[in-house]
Parts: sequence; structure tokens; C-alpha cells
Amino acid sequence: MTTIQLDRVSRWYRNVVAVNDVSMTIGPGVTGLLGPNGAGKSTLIALMSGFLAPSTGTVTLDGDPLWRNEQVYRRIGLVPEREALFDYLTGRQFVVANAELHGLPDPGAAAQASIALVEMSDAQDRVISTYSKGMRQRIKMASSLVHEPAVLLLDEPFNGMDPRQRLHLMELLRTMGAEGRTVLFSSHILEEVEQVARQIEVVVAGRHAASGDFGAIRRLMTDRPNRFVLRTTDDRRMASVLLADPSVRGARLRSEGGIELEASDFGRFSEVLPRLAREHGVRLLEVTPTDESLESVFAYLVSA
Amino acid sequence: MTAGLSGTIVRLGVRSVFGRRRGVLLFLLPLVLVGLAVLVRVLVGQDPSAARHTLYGLGLSVIVPLVALLATTGVLAPEIDDGSISYLLAKPISRHTIVVSKLVVAAICVLLFAAVPMLVAGLVLLLDEPLIGVGYALGSLVGGLAYCALFALLSVLTRHAVVVGLIYLLIWEGLLGGLLDGVRWLSITRWAGAIIQEVAGGVTLVEGLGPAYAVGATAVVILLGAWLTGQRLRAFNLTGDE
Repeated sequence: MTTIQLDRVSRWYRNVVAVNDVSMTIGPGVTGLLGPNGAGKSTLIALMSGFLAPSTGTVTLDGDPLWRNEQVYRRIGLVPEREALFDYLTGRQFVVANAELHGLPDPGAAAQASIALVEMSDAQDRVISTYSKGMRQRIKMASSLVHEPAVLLLDEPFNGMDPRQRLHLMELLRTMGAEGRTVLFSSHILEEVEQVARQIEVVVAGRHAASGDFGAIRRLMTDRPNRFVLRTTDDRRMASVLLADPSVRGARLRSEGGIELEASDFGRFSEVLPRLAREHGVRLLEVTPTDESLESVFAYLVSA
Repeated sequence: MTAGLSGTIVRLGVRSVFGRRRGVLLFLLPLVLVGLAVLVRVLVGQDPSAARHTLYGLGLSVIVPLVALLATTGVLAPEIDDGSISYLLAKPISRHTIVVSKLVVAAICVLLFAAVPMLVAGLVLLLDEPLIGVGYALGSLVGGLAYCALFALLSVLTRHAVVVGLIYLLIWEGLLGGLLDGVRWLSITRWAGAIIQEVAGGVTLVEGLGPAYAVGATAVVILLGAWLTGQRLRAFNLTGDE
């Protein structure tokens, strides 16, 4: 049982707040750290891997501080987002060097096992500078797994991977989570996260916006009010008809034509809209969601 | 604080220095020195004044610090620049061990590409006075080590370690060191000069600077530079592109 605990952690760079009063507990199993770009995910991972000191609050691994404590790396494997590696080494040399630096009794064997786990055995004797993005990602994984850490932290691990590699890495993370390891990975793609992680932590603009299993997060994200712009053959009539339906929270006629509409129950709204239009002889010319971006979903979560 | 030596980091360091284009410069610099020494010897013969200009003016003041700068920044700066040093830092190893191991690589470079060429150049220029060559080799090694420690600290303090190092060499050691007498108290090249004149005997490179002070000051720079570099690495921040 290895647990990372963040207790009221904030981190700022001069007057820019990157992480704002975040408390979370990352336990065994796979946890997804979800948030838009620039939300503070990398800062959180740097804090959790001992590569950044919190400005206030504490970050601990089973009670031990992570900052300025190199002994924690016996228990942590880190896969950084940055792609830079020791390009002049072969994949195998790189992983063996990592095993040696961990002081493992048989670095060669540990490296082989780790390389096989990420399916890089065939390319292990090629120089890293010739690797594709996905191969680099996998050799980074191998290097972080070589000492069989209890905790694995991955910053945007699926970036640059093709679908097959992505599936393989997902399977690998699931297996490691099932083995009881504490696995945390960051991503800005909800679908990616919910395929692997049971537990999801959402960060937006440096704040801990939501926490829970993926079902709860998914509901939060889809149940939020949705905004649309409708253009019809009879805006005034359509607006009044829709306002009478409980799935619609508000409607406003725009001066330039069309209806601005807020639906509170997206499922019901998408069902009644075409039916009501047909019943009242109004033609729908355009239905445009106005806030479908991931950022607006996250923004909703923050305000929720 | 415990500092050991990691064979793996030394091995990686050697490949890092010579795996890049600037590694070629490490071979070129001593060639220039020895080549010029041969030329001076052929043209002027065994002349103490010409030897002094070549060994002190070019060797100790230019070649030695440049070799130290290239070796030290080559072993540290690129990894810090691109973040790959995180693979060394995310290990249960003392940060001081990492620094000492990297400095060992730089020290080997100083020995091979600065101290040994200075000995050769010294013997070429003044074959009848071998002690002068030995003195220059020793002074280059000690001064080179101090430069390595200083440039290692620069590498962890700024991303422009090479530029800052060059400016320091040009302005402080070169320009001000030549103009202001008092700079000798705070100049690695002049400390090395004081050590050389003590070992060689009969040559005057720096006036009014005792060998005890020179040795002590050099030792302080080496130890303090290495220690501060390790301390700085303990607080290394790694963040993504956010």
C-alpha cells in the first residue's frame, strides 16, 4: 500500500499561481489526472515526484516528504513529458544505466525484463536518436519500471503514440494498477482517461475541480447545462414552445435572429427538440452548440 | 552529505562530452598549443621569454580555462538544458555523488587535454629546464580543476553557462586581470601561476602572491564550487511545458 498525499498544496511562480490549495490522496490502482493544457497537471506531477517544492502545504509518500529526499526514488518511477533522452545510447544501454543507478543486483536482467514488458526487445540495440516518438515513450517507460517501483507517475504518456501502442500502454497501466501499484497519469482527453483509470482527479486552472470514479465525472460533464443557438422558420413560436418544456432552462431571442437557449437536461432536450418542431410546424434551420469545448466543460466543473 | 563516485555517471559523462561536436574542440585546443610551441622553438630556439608568452599567455590563460569550460559544460549543461538530467536525479543517489562523478569526467579531460599538452609544450620550449614544464602541467591541472568546479556551478545556475563562462574569462581573468593588480587575489589563472612559479623555481609569473594562499584559495573554489553545485541540484525543479 503506497499512497501519495497532497495536503493543501499551492505552488506559485512569482505572481502566477500554478497549483491552488489542492488536497488529494493517490492510492493503489490507476488514477487519471485530467485537465486542459496549462491546468497545472505537470506542476502537480513534479510536486508528487519530488522535483518541485510546494510553496505551501505538504506532499508526502507514505508519510515521507518528497522534496529533497532522494531515497523516495526507490519507490517511484517517473515518466516525464519531455522527450529528451540520452540520444547517443542504445535503448538497452539507457535502461541498463537506469538499473545500475538504482543499484540493482543484476542490472542486465532487470533491463531485459523491463524492455520486454514495453515490447521494445526488437529495437533495443538501436540508438535512441533513431527512435520514433512512440518508441521513445516506451523506452522511457522501461527505464522507469526497471526497479519495479510501487508508484508510477506518467506525464501525458499517450502523447505521440499510435492507436496500437496506446492500447498496449493502457493494458500495461491497467495490469500495474491491478497488481496493487499506485499509478497516476495525466491527460487532457477524457476518453483516454476513462478507458484506463477508475479514479479520476480533475484539475482546472490550478484548482482541484472534481474527484471521483469515471462514471461520476462523466455524469458531471454531461449533465451540465448546454447552450445552443437555434435558427428556425419561426423563432418566437419555437422559443415559447421550448420554454414550456422542463428540459429547457432559458431561451432568448437574439436581435440578429435566432434563439439562444440553455438546456438543463441534454438527453431529454435532444429528444424533444425535433418532435416539438414537427408538432408545431416549425423547421429547424440550424442547431449549434456554443460551448462544447473541453475548456467550457472544465469551466463548468470548477463553478459546480 | 555523502559523496561517492558512480561509475555509470562517469561512463555516461564521457560519452556525453565526446558524443557531441564540441568534443572535437577538446582535441583541437591542445594541438594548437603544442603546434605553436613547436613553431616557437623552431623559430626562436630555447628562449625563456618566448616560452613564458606561449605557456602562460596562451596555455594557462586561454587553453586551460577553455578546456575546463568545454568539458564541464559538456558534461552538465546539455542534460540540464533538455531535462534529461531527471533520469539521473530520479534515482536514490546523493546529488553530490552526481556532481563529483561529473567533475571526475571534467578533471580527466583537463588532465588529458590541458595538463599533459602543457607538459609537452613546456618540454618542447625549454628542454633544458624540464621542471618548468612539470610546473606548468601541475599548475594547469590544479587551476583547471578550480575552473571545472566554477563552471559546474555556473551550469546549474544559468542556462547560458558557456556564454557567462566566456565573458568571465574575457573580462575578469583577461581584461581586468591584466589592468588591475588586485585581481590576482581573486583570479584562478594567477593562483595557478603562483603554484607554477613555486614548483618550477626561477620563473616569475605573478608578483606578491604566496603559494600557500594560491593553494588554499584554489582548494576553496574546488570544494565550495562542487558542494554548491550539489546543493543546487538537490533543489532542481523539473516542470513540463506548462
